[in-house]
Amino acid sequence: MVNTILFVAGVFMALGILLALFRFIKGPDITDRTIAFDVMTIASITVIALIAHFAGRIIYLDVALVYGLLSFLSVVAIGRYIERGL
Amino acid sequence: MEIREIIGASVTLVGSIFIFLGGLGIVRMPDLFNRIQAGTKASTLGTILSLIGLGIINPAWIWKLLVIVFFVLITNPVSSNVISRAAHFRGTKMTDKTVADLLVESENKTREE
Amino acid sequence: MSILLAIFLGLVILVLAITAIYHKNTKVAIIATGTVGLFASVLYLLLAAPDVALTEASIGSGLSTIIFFYVLNKIRQSND
Repeated sequence: MVNTILFVAGVFMALGILLALFRFIKGPDITDRTIAFDVMTIASITVIALIAHFAGRIIYLDVALVYGLLSFLSVVAIGRYIERGL
Repeated sequence: MEIREIIGASVTLVGSIFIFLGGLGIVRMPDLFNRIQAGTKASTLGTILSLIGLGIINPAWIWKLLVIVFFVLITNPVSSNVISRAAHFRGTKMTDKTVADLLVESENKTREE
Repeated sequence: MSILLAIFLGLVILVLAITAIYHKNTKVAIIATGTVGLFASVLYLLLAAPDVALTEASIGSGLSTIIFFYVLNKIRQSND
């Protein structure tokens, strides 16, 4: 029962990643692609947490912690580059 | 025990539906600023709900998950602010239905003074 | 169930790698490379290697993107 509900949740997360990938390929400008990159990172954090639950190991959550800190840095670097101020 | 796990799984399902809506908004919205609005806000709420739902299922993990929620809640608005500010100074076109641009108005006011 | 997720991640990585090779704009290719690193890290985690996933997430997705954009900024300043 619980695993079925979590499987459906994982399918919804995969659909969100696919829609962001569509915007990444189609997007007319670099800023659209940066937003798609940000959304894909945030969706990956929940996918990692879901993998950690199915594997039953708490050590996998460290990777989600590093994701939450470092994707922010790369997005800020891209934004400063566009704004001509890196 | 079973009731608590089903409640946690339902919260995770609601969060994943918010992430899906964030992806749908990033495809369907007409211009860049609406895409930033739909994408980052909806996916932040979806991430918080999903992680807290997994914390309800496994009560021993709740502190680590709360630390991840804290980092996401701090870093994600900063990144969306940086991108929207860069796009604004780059001269990205808005859609015709947008009626207010407060950043341009405040810049004109400081330039007059 | 984990094989389905592995196939999905492999297809996403394939599409992003083709985008990174054949796109005309350099900056889009750099962001696509960073996204390849991001999903490759999730794939390493699925193969039960959290230390490799940690390194890939911090180096491949974070640091290499920052260094590429830093170098592009230096090139743009020397051309002005």
